[in-house]
Amino acid sequence: MIQFLNVSKRYPGGFDALSNLSLNIDAGEMVFLTGHSGAGKSTLLKLIMLMERATRGQMVVGGQNLNKMPRRQIPFLRRQIGVVFQNHQLLFDRTVFDNVALPLMIAGFEPRDIGRRVRAALDKVGLLSKEKLNPVALSGGEQQRVGIARAVVNKPPLLLADEPTGNLDPELSAEIMKLLQQFNDVGVTVLIASHDLTLIERMGKRKLTLEGGQLVADVPGLGGEAA
Amino acid sequence: MSQESQKALPDALSRGASLKQLSLLNLWRSYCRHHVSSARDSLNRLLRQPLSSLMTCLVVAIALALPQVLSVAVSNIDQLGQSWQGRPSLSVYLHHNVKQPVAEKLLIELEQQESVAEGIYISPSEALQEFEAHSGFADVLGQLERNPLPPLLQLSLVEQLSLEQVQSLQANLQARPEVEQVDVDLQWLQRLQQILALGRTLIWLLSGLLALGVLLIVGNTIRLAIAARKDEILVTKTLGGTNAFVRRPFLYTGLWYGLLGGALALLLTELCLFALAGPVAKLAGSYGSDFLLMGISWFDAGFLLLASSVLGWLGAALAVGRHLAAIEPK
Repeated sequence: MIQFLNVSKRYPGGFDALSNLSLNIDAGEMVFLTGHSGAGKSTLLKLIMLMERATRGQMVVGGQNLNKMPRRQIPFLRRQIGVVFQNHQLLFDRTVFDNVALPLMIAGFEPRDIGRRVRAALDKVGLLSKEKLNPVALSGGEQQRVGIARAVVNKPPLLLADEPTGNLDPELSAEIMKLLQQFNDVGVTVLIASHDLTLIERMGKRKLTLEGGQLVADVPGLGGEAA
Repeated sequence: MSQESQKALPDALSRGASLKQLSLLNLWRSYCRHHVSSARDSLNRLLRQPLSSLMTCLVVAIALALPQVLSVAVSNIDQLGQSWQGRPSLSVYLHHNVKQPVAEKLLIELEQQESVAEGIYISPSEALQEFEAHSGFADVLGQLERNPLPPLLQLSLVEQLSLEQVQSLQANLQARPEVEQVDVDLQWLQRLQQILALGRTLIWLLSGLLALGVLLIVGNTIRLAIAARKDEILVTKTLGGTNAFVRRPFLYTGLWYGLLGGALALLLTELCLFALAGPVAKLAGSYGSDFLLMGISWFDAGFLLLASSVLGWLGAALAVGRHLAAIEPK
């Protein structure tokens, strides 16, 4: 699903966020990406979504070569990738329902399809009863679940999460992780950047460790699904 | 863990049904739907802040109404000049040595021309008598050794001659050997036409400047709207919204500002005309004229609305082009 070959990213000003990074994540894997802040986790996720362009190296995501992707193709790449943010990035000028419906409206789904899919996603994260509320009225954990519902509502084959539990207490964090794992169970490739090491250990999944923009450890998961 | 998340994934969320299922027809329908919803939402946004929207629309309206009122004024003055042209006449001064029989023969020849309605011959002595009677210089004129006045043919022309036709007739006459000078007593009309032409040029220049103003006003308003909705733009781009998708609501916002501004401009123009109609009718009445102020034609009104909508859209497009490119998810 994700192949990086000797990928480097140098930001203007000369800071090397990633240097000569190679990795391979198969379809259907669930992988944790860890390391200190500044190690390059966020940059790696941004490269996958083409929010940033690699300075050097080859990148293939979902069979598409990102190096040669023209700008106008980028939106269509992003529609194949669900993203969960640490600060969930919900819009507070509309209801929970409309927040979750946004990816479907962007992709051009029929209104009756949108209703069905949004309710299914909200049901999945346990917030169907709150579809008419403004997300501002929800707790931090609930807001993050709305963010997850929005990320999965158009059934992307790849789900990225950038510190999805960063602002949550351990119990809520475990819930969010379980939820993400359930999507992985039905075949979604999941890549989670997190520095919550105890939680990662408990999940028993493949773990990539970044340090100074380089891959320093690649620990396979207990289930043995890692390459 | 909540109970809901223990349930098996509902069908609508299971993998496999990808975005590629959307057919071209689906995409076309969703494209049209987004146009409709963008138009509706942007109008709703304007109506939700009626006062600030009204301010922007009013500025647009005043900028558009100013040249509109001026152009209506110029059209009216033009119309007035055309109707007062009525029966233009030519004074054809002949050379001193042209004798009466020659002059009368020329008069008969001229009267056969289509553009000449009738003419009279005024001999130098007749002219002198008339001048003495009316000018009060009888004593002075009596002392002159010889009559300084030339023989004169006074021609009345038919109605509905254009200024160009009168001028070409004047040139023809001027070219004759017997003729010394031809005066058109419509020179004031010619000058009026020149002033009106100048006025029209000024209106075009003014319109250009004010149109630029409208572009900037709408552009600035859209810039503020973009800044206010930056989060939404970022999220939309992150979720795979194309630039066109992000642009669309703002373009419609500009279109609405233009259209509403244009409609207000029409209203302002009509109000000005309404306020002027009474005094103008009174003035015309005192000259015994039944002149009526011309309003805006349907064509002009349609053109104004179209032009204002295009201006609003263009102002938004310029602002959106400059400011949306700067907003990329990081």
